[in-house]
Amino acid sequence: MPNTANTLQNSFDIRAAKERCLRFRKRILDISQQVSALHIGSAYSCTEIVDSIYHNFMRNPGSGPDTFLMSKGHGCMIQYVILEAMGVLSRADLDAYCTPGGRLGVHPDYGNPGIQAATGSLGHGLSMVVGMALAERTRKTGGIIYTVLSDGEVQEGSTWEATMMASSFGLSNIVAFVDNNDFQSLGRTSETHPSFYPLVEKYLAFGWEAVEVPGHDSAALFEAVMGRSGTKPLMVVARTTKGKGVSYMENVPMWHYRSPSKPEYEQAVRELEVAGQ
Amino acid sequence: MRNTFSEALYEAATANSDIYIVVADISPAGSMAKFSTQYPERFINVGVAEQSMIGICAGLALKGCQPFAYTIATFSLYRPFEMVRDDLCYQNLPVTVVGMGAGVIYSTLGGTHHTQEDIAIAGALPNMQIVAPCDPLECTEATRWCATQKNGPVYLRIGKAGEPVLTKDAEPWQFGKVRYLRRGSDICILTYGVITKMAMEIADRLQAQGKSVSVMSCHTMKPLDRAGITEALRNHRQVIVIEEHAPQGGLAAQTKQIAWDITAECRLDTFSLQDAFIHNYGSHDDLLAAHGLSPQRILQESGNG
Repeated sequence: MPNTANTLQNSFDIRAAKERCLRFRKRILDISQQVSALHIGSAYSCTEIVDSIYHNFMRNPGSGPDTFLMSKGHGCMIQYVILEAMGVLSRADLDAYCTPGGRLGVHPDYGNPGIQAATGSLGHGLSMVVGMALAERTRKTGGIIYTVLSDGEVQEGSTWEATMMASSFGLSNIVAFVDNNDFQSLGRTSETHPSFYPLVEKYLAFGWEAVEVPGHDSAALFEAVMGRSGTKPLMVVARTTKGKGVSYMENVPMWHYRSPSKPEYEQAVRELEVAGQ
Repeated sequence: MRNTFSEALYEAATANSDIYIVVADISPAGSMAKFSTQYPERFINVGVAEQSMIGICAGLALKGCQPFAYTIATFSLYRPFEMVRDDLCYQNLPVTVVGMGAGVIYSTLGGTHHTQEDIAIAGALPNMQIVAPCDPLECTEATRWCATQKNGPVYLRIGKAGEPVLTKDAEPWQFGKVRYLRRGSDICILTYGVITKMAMEIADRLQAQGKSVSVMSCHTMKPLDRAGITEALRNHRQVIVIEEHAPQGGLAAQTKQIAWDITAECRLDTFSLQDAFIHNYGSHDDLLAAHGLSPQRILQESGNG
């Protein structure tokens, strides 16, 4: 399997990455004003990761050999706005989000443009990624499968089945990220399930290459993927903040699902713009 | 049936490089050794990890492959149920989930290995198709069909080993169509799967009594051939349903529903497994008898004793 570092076509530009991520977060805020509920905190948590996959890692997204499967389906709002920016989804699609006649819901639906799998239920993505990686390997396409897992779904037994499978089958064409925001519905994972950690050591023990990075640092994500050996599946454990970029959302579980009010919206835009400068 | 399944799948895999088999530490006998030797990259053993088995099949199918998931029926359908529902049925992918040794074939292994509710459970899933061949020849036909169809997911319910050939002279097999294994005019026995052998034995006894008997293999349990069953209900004075499945959601319940819908006038008797976990051990026939499925009881209860 070719080393990713040798096959990347996109060059890395930190300013462009920051500009895009600010734009995507603001677009998600706009959409939040049209509907009563969306997983805004979950989308902000993995904004830099998903942006990096589309803009820094995948070769010719949509037509190239690589695939991105969003395993943490509840974070797909970030995927929607990126697909909109790429022209894969239309503005009309996003405007009709979660409304009768629209085709985009809170979770990604297989069959919609740019969506590889229906991953509303957690713990399904990584096995499908393993199947995809097997197909690409058998066909010798050189295709790499990228995926983003939530730390919550890493608690699913099915995810560990697939974790064992990927390394046992030597699937070096898998590049996975855990969006490790340390939050789930009922609290902080480190407090409710301390044995969930450490993560990197678990993946190393399962035969993966694994590295931990600050997950809102696009440069660190880039370095982690560029530096991979290419001989094993790679797990990037990305330390992230749920609701990243908006003070009142950060690490507040309520923002897993809530939409901001008008004043909250205005404050959020101001904060994002200040942080983005 | 396992052997004919393996042979048919091996042939299909030779013709089509997109055919995969994903097994969970249980491998069909016979030609599967040839399959794994000749196409090692398409024979995938996930170990004891059935949820991943189904997810991997979904991933393969999302890339245009035609995978088969294979293990004992309880573990291919019940253990990874949500993966079957979401990954295969919701996404409508052409994956065949093979449930081997369904019913109470594993007659000494206890209730954990009995598959009594699979038709009802699989049948409740949108997009799911169900095929349950009655003998090795039907199993070959069904496997060939599964290997080429692109409609969506299939639950292929098969037996284990040693099933007699019952369909040598039957009309051609066709997905979605009932099939007469013999044609008569008085009584029609509707059945599917391994228990068809018992249905044939009962038909022999009825014929010995001077009755003219049809036996119909209802191998496609979803979509069920309503027209074919309607015809059987209209053209016989008695219809007897025999199935190795719980009374809910199988052929018995669905035949009664059709009979009501069409205001059938024939006598209708149905024989299913009990709605119970039984704690008996013995041969397959012993287990069926413990559930009340024996030729003698069926003849008696159906008024033909």
